[in-house]
Amino acid sequence: MTMNRRNFIKATGAVAAVGAIGFPHIALGQGKKVVVVGGGTGGATAAKYIKLADPSIDVTIIEPNKEYYTCYMSNEVISGHRTLDSIKQTYDGLKGHGINVVHDAAAGIDADAKVVKTAGGQSFPYDRCVVSPGISMLYDKIEGYSEEVAEKLPHAWKAGPQTKLLHDQVHAMKDGGVVVIVTPPNPFRCPPGPYERASQIAGYLKENKSKSKVMILDSNQAFSKQGLFTQGWERLYGFGTENALIEWLPGPDNTVVAVDPDAMTVTTDFGDDVEGAVINVIPAQAAGKIAMDAGLTDDSGWCPVDKKTFESTIHKGIHVIGDAAIATAMPKSGYAANSQGKVAAAAVVAMLNGDDVGTPSYVNTCYSIIGKDYGISVAAVYRLSEDGGTIAGVEGAGGLTPMDAEPFALAREVQYAYSWYDNIVADIFG
Amino acid sequence: MAKQTLRLALTGSTLALGLAAGGVLAEGATGKMLTETCYGCHGPNGNSVGPASPSIAAMDPVVFVDTMIAFAEGDTYSTIMGRIAKGYTEDDFEKMGQYLHKQEYTPAKQEFDQAMVDEGAKLHDKYCEKCHIEGGKPVPEEEDYYILAGQWTPYLKYAMEDFNADRREMPKKMRKKYEKMIKDKGEDSMAKLYAFYAAYTDFSSEGGDDDDDD
Repeated sequence: MTMNRRNFIKATGAVAAVGAIGFPHIALGQGKKVVVVGGGTGGATAAKYIKLADPSIDVTIIEPNKEYYTCYMSNEVISGHRTLDSIKQTYDGLKGHGINVVHDAAAGIDADAKVVKTAGGQSFPYDRCVVSPGISMLYDKIEGYSEEVAEKLPHAWKAGPQTKLLHDQVHAMKDGGVVVIVTPPNPFRCPPGPYERASQIAGYLKENKSKSKVMILDSNQAFSKQGLFTQGWERLYGFGTENALIEWLPGPDNTVVAVDPDAMTVTTDFGDDVEGAVINVIPAQAAGKIAMDAGLTDDSGWCPVDKKTFESTIHKGIHVIGDAAIATAMPKSGYAANSQGKVAAAAVVAMLNGDDVGTPSYVNTCYSIIGKDYGISVAAVYRLSEDGGTIAGVEGAGGLTPMDAEPFALAREVQYAYSWYDNIVADIFG
Repeated sequence: MAKQTLRLALTGSTLALGLAAGGVLAEGATGKMLTETCYGCHGPNGNSVGPASPSIAAMDPVVFVDTMIAFAEGDTYSTIMGRIAKGYTEDDFEKMGQYLHKQEYTPAKQEFDQAMVDEGAKLHDKYCEKCHIEGGKPVPEEEDYYILAGQWTPYLKYAMEDFNADRREMPKKMRKKYEKMIKDKGEDSMAKLYAFYAAYTDFSSEGGDDDDDD
């Protein structure tokens, strides 16, 4: 068998090698300026990969926060399996690569003048701009919900103080309470996230408050990795039994339309009032505010882009990546944002140097930790379609952890999930 | 022999490309573009910061391609790698292997039992060095090397579990050596080897793997 493989390689090797040889870089990008708006997963990746590919390009990243808390692994902070500090990232690594890090909020982007303006009154001219604004919360889609109410009914869908708040509420809750998780309508950041969160909280309740439970009031009728989550919940949390630690109530009947923070209740579309000791409301989402303000969104609230370069189809010279971008089959995940950051970086460098933009390659890999030694994953490899119009998963590749996986495999997936975390943050911020 | 031919073929095409430099010949994504998608799990430039996913920097390109095809075809068990490997062509793997081969290897920084390292070195020399040359370190200027030194111990343990559970095919020579080592030197031989590989210490073979019984 080994010989067969090698013979095959022998036959194709000479052709394959042609694409593998790197050309020495000619620094046509000299003096060119790139401004990256947003220092999250997508933005930090793009800034780093642009700078590494062509150090002559002047790269500035504009991000209001001096520290960045990753959304990925934040569910483990809520359950108490890890500290908030363990998901904190800084910008020292990017500075070390020679990237200018400006801690200010982008207030506007003038696509004609090619200038980013900040709340602090600074102006940053650019030759190409990368916008990685993440998401904005559409609080007003739920009656009674607002940014202020989120201080009592946290969304915890941007990591940091909101994560700590939900952690503290779950840990302070008396045994016998119900933790209500309200999920958003599609599309939203981190599709398996609400269900991993339910799992993590259920794990905490199982150990500490076994008379309590998690109730998911879903806006949708199906969810990411549903079969695997359901099997995990059955195995670990009595799902489907009278003593279930997790209850899942699908939409549209159970879609939450209103919240009452004083009564600590939520109202479903069907008209039921549900009381929670802790209420986690994850609202509907759209592209980050700066993308809306800059006119980069369409009627969907998200940003249409060229799938090869992530250049906005509305404003030339601006590339939009990460959760805010419409990337067809790619989910709004951290790994997708990281992958898109690299594709956009390569495109930006090529365009600034007058080179042809090469063929992109994209990947998503996403782990969910359901409980102790119980991890699951989904993965995909994507290619640009022939017509360039869509990012499509390679057929026959990717997919989910198989059902009925053995304990050793599920335990390994947890260790690989932790490896995923440590490596992706090293790749982005290191 | 087949591999030797491949190496010549690769060298040949490098020269051929030199003549055509400047033109855009690349069909499909470059090795760089393809390989950078791996770093989210396997670390910057393919050097994993752990705790379990393996480093892939500086691998022998032929070993890399063989390994990936075995994952894609299911001959080698994996939790997730096989699913991802199915998304690439052999052509892609060839480019990725060439690109990774050029990346500098950073041995994993991990804890190990110092007391076991010297014994592990002796075991390695006697039973493993013939295939895992230079103490299992990467030897990018050589060919046919299989990196063990500086690799994450949990990953090495997973691989051995898979070999022993027939989820991964153990080459005949390896099985013979492995079984002999366990029989002659005891069950804790592997722990000593893991310590030796984790230490990434200076190593010089004292005659290496005697091949008497092959």
